[in-house]
Amino acid sequence: MTPREQPEQQAPPVQRLRVRYAKRGPARFTSHRDFSRAFERALRRAEVPMAYSSGYSPHPRISYANASPTSAATEAEYLEIGLAQMCDPSLVRDALDAALPPGLVILTVVEADRTSFADLLTASTWSVDMGDVDADVLASAVERLLASDEVHITRMTKSGLRDFDVRAAVIELAVVDDRTLRLVSLQQTPLVRPDDVVAALRKVEPRLDTGRPALLLRIDQGRLVDGAMVAPF
Amino acid sequence: MTTLDTTAATAPESLFNRLEPLLAQVSKPIQYVGGEHNSVVKEWASTDVRWCLMYPDAYEVGQPNQGVAILYELLNERDWILAERTYSVWPDLEKLMRSEGLVQFTLDAHRPVRAFDLFGVSFSTELGYTNLLQALDLAGIPLHAAERGLDDPVVIAGGHAAFNPEPIADFIDAAVLGDGEEASLHISEIVRAWKTEGRPDGRDGLLLRLAATGNVYVPRFYDVAYLDDGRIQRVAPNRPGVPFQVRKHTLMDLDAWPYPSKPLVPLAETVHERYSVEIFRGCTRGCRFCQAGMITRPVRERSIDTIGAMVANGLKATGLEEVGLLSLSSADHSEIAAVTKQLADRYEGTNVSLSLPSTRVDAFNIDLANELSRNGRRSGLTFAPEGGSERMRKVINKMVTEDDLIATVATAFGNGWRQVKLYFMCGLPTETDEDVLAIADMARRVIKTGREVSGTRDIRCTISIGGFVPKPHTPFQWAAQAHPDVIDARLMKLRDVVRNDRQFGKAIGMRYHDGKPGQIEGLLSRGDRRVGRVIEEVWRQGGRFDGWSEYFSYDRWAAASASALDGTGVDLEWYTTRERDYDEVLPWDHLDAGLDRDWLWEDWQDAIDGAEVEDCRWTPCYDCGVCPQLGTEIQIGPTGRTLLPLTVTGSHLTAKSDA
Repeated sequence: MTPREQPEQQAPPVQRLRVRYAKRGPARFTSHRDFSRAFERALRRAEVPMAYSSGYSPHPRISYANASPTSAATEAEYLEIGLAQMCDPSLVRDALDAALPPGLVILTVVEADRTSFADLLTASTWSVDMGDVDADVLASAVERLLASDEVHITRMTKSGLRDFDVRAAVIELAVVDDRTLRLVSLQQTPLVRPDDVVAALRKVEPRLDTGRPALLLRIDQGRLVDGAMVAPF
Repeated sequence: MTTLDTTAATAPESLFNRLEPLLAQVSKPIQYVGGEHNSVVKEWASTDVRWCLMYPDAYEVGQPNQGVAILYELLNERDWILAERTYSVWPDLEKLMRSEGLVQFTLDAHRPVRAFDLFGVSFSTELGYTNLLQALDLAGIPLHAAERGLDDPVVIAGGHAAFNPEPIADFIDAAVLGDGEEASLHISEIVRAWKTEGRPDGRDGLLLRLAATGNVYVPRFYDVAYLDDGRIQRVAPNRPGVPFQVRKHTLMDLDAWPYPSKPLVPLAETVHERYSVEIFRGCTRGCRFCQAGMITRPVRERSIDTIGAMVANGLKATGLEEVGLLSLSSADHSEIAAVTKQLADRYEGTNVSLSLPSTRVDAFNIDLANELSRNGRRSGLTFAPEGGSERMRKVINKMVTEDDLIATVATAFGNGWRQVKLYFMCGLPTETDEDVLAIADMARRVIKTGREVSGTRDIRCTISIGGFVPKPHTPFQWAAQAHPDVIDARLMKLRDVVRNDRQFGKAIGMRYHDGKPGQIEGLLSRGDRRVGRVIEEVWRQGGRFDGWSEYFSYDRWAAASASALDGTGVDLEWYTTRERDYDEVLPWDHLDAGLDRDWLWEDWQDAIDGAEVEDCRWTPCYDCGVCPQLGTEIQIGPTGRTLLPLTVTGSHLTAKSDA
């Protein structure tokens, strides 16, 4: 009998690049899994010299940070890739952007420094379209939510029904127009998502429930420095 | 290019803006969005002939379909043809579409399906029929072909199930038998000419031109008469210019048609995420249950160079890492050893993985499997002995002995494999309980051999058993289908024997389905035009996605069969468990797959006697009739040619300082 051979150990990456990308238009309906498959295939079509993990089924070295929920458009998603050869970040940006399907857009590629993504990406700015709602009702619901010390909602997660205190994560919630809110929220554990904030508003004010999910757009992501959002790059 | 007719000159508006608000409310919305890599959006007005292609199942099943991928690409390569795709929408979106008045749309430009000239639907299985009705209804196209007007698309069925389209005869305008590459272009030309001339004689004028080719079946141009006992008396054309027999189309020289060369890369997850190359089409192994093997003759191989070029280009065009070398029996390619070894050499050290589905029980295949798993991944080996007993395998002409199988698995276990999966059928003609229980004996011998050869008890054998459904254009087209109760009883006996085996039972996994869905598949496979009423009734009662066990309802089909066939003198059992005579006119007798009816009958008689027939690729022709009837011939190698290593170029993305 031939013994099974251990697969050879892969070399560590020689370069790490950080990528900011957007999901626009219909592409916002890609789930995180959909995006990661599309991204891996785009890496191969663009012939980016990826570093791979070791093991029987080696995977390209990609780490994702704080993926937006499916159906949210976003201008501020981040990921990091490990390369097997030194590359010019701007050439990688152009090649990857050209290889991705429409609506998935590579905005910026930079060389990674020693900082950690987790420290750099602790808050997001969202635009939340609440649909056809009464402007006064919306404004008062926002006021009441901000005036509360805690607003709890429950959501089904993989580990069962969980309780979230939405209020604790909300840094800023402002009415932009009749139906749109601007939300700045913290990304802590457990993660309060923008749709949780919508659920909390609808709990505070049931008349905001249009029967349809709110439309979400992540405008920015980074860390808050003296109340201002600072993007990682 | 100028637009030829005025009615469709203005491009229909994209429905996406109306669809988008619904998408956030349905599961897996990405499947309805389109925009996949390699998808094509053309300007409506700049094309003359417009196809909407459909695979009548959910996107995740339909998107990987090879047939649709081939047609989509080659039709869109012509500047005067536009082809878009549509798939079945799940009930959650269907409900929203109906309440919002949104119609069935294409994925590519979100155009309404009804605006197209042709609506081509590919049926791999009969269980997609209710989804056809669903799509027609959602598209706003009249369900019945007879009620359609000049501006409705011509609904054309293709795929293997189209070899007996009689059950859907009322709902389709035409069916195309056989290979679609040339046929779809030919149809496009006929449609273009008809439109250029100002659509003379209306819809029937076009259908008559299609029927006159002898390759396109227009059910409405044939009348079916029945005998008092319910059998068919005759099927005959009801107007001049329509042939008595419609012939299947056969593509010769697959090297000249290397499609798909740049298939769509889905964003949504699908059932097959690999680049597939059909390494040959057709099969003459002669397995008597196998409709695919009978209706796709003769064998036509792609050469090693074309396969190599398709794989290289396909990987580049898609970014996929898995390659499937497809065919009905992949190890039968005349140069399969060279193909697998040389491809494995080419992609050694990369993450490209090769797979060879549909291989026979043959020790030679272990060599191939070794080549294909050089990177160390060894999931499991799958073989299909199909019949549990030697006698059964003779009946179905699956020429493999138990000793062959044991020798094969011994080699596999000796090479480090630990798992073997075996496929069987239950309910085959002449089958007894003993034939089915022999499956357990075989599984036991596999485990025993595996333990001896590998020296470990960590050996598994999974037996997977499907109910046999007799299919048109096969020697078993006359056979009585086993009643679901018979199949279920045999499967239970087998399960008990496996369970109660203290020595090997725990190492044997058994997978099976109950016999009921197979009976409905049998009704649809060998049905005639009267079955159309059953399909319509089932659909009206909410039936759709019948290929999905969570949606399929046997009770709904049984009730609809009883009500819709009331007064015809025939019923569900008449269509399924009844054996047919030589003299009976079968619903598909006027559709010519090239097979000589008398040869099929003789092969059916040989089956009952347990007499085997060899493969005509390496023994003399046994006169199945296909080659002389259709003017085709076997096209096989070896070519003796070899693949050159791919040139490795440096990355064009390297840092400027290095350049």
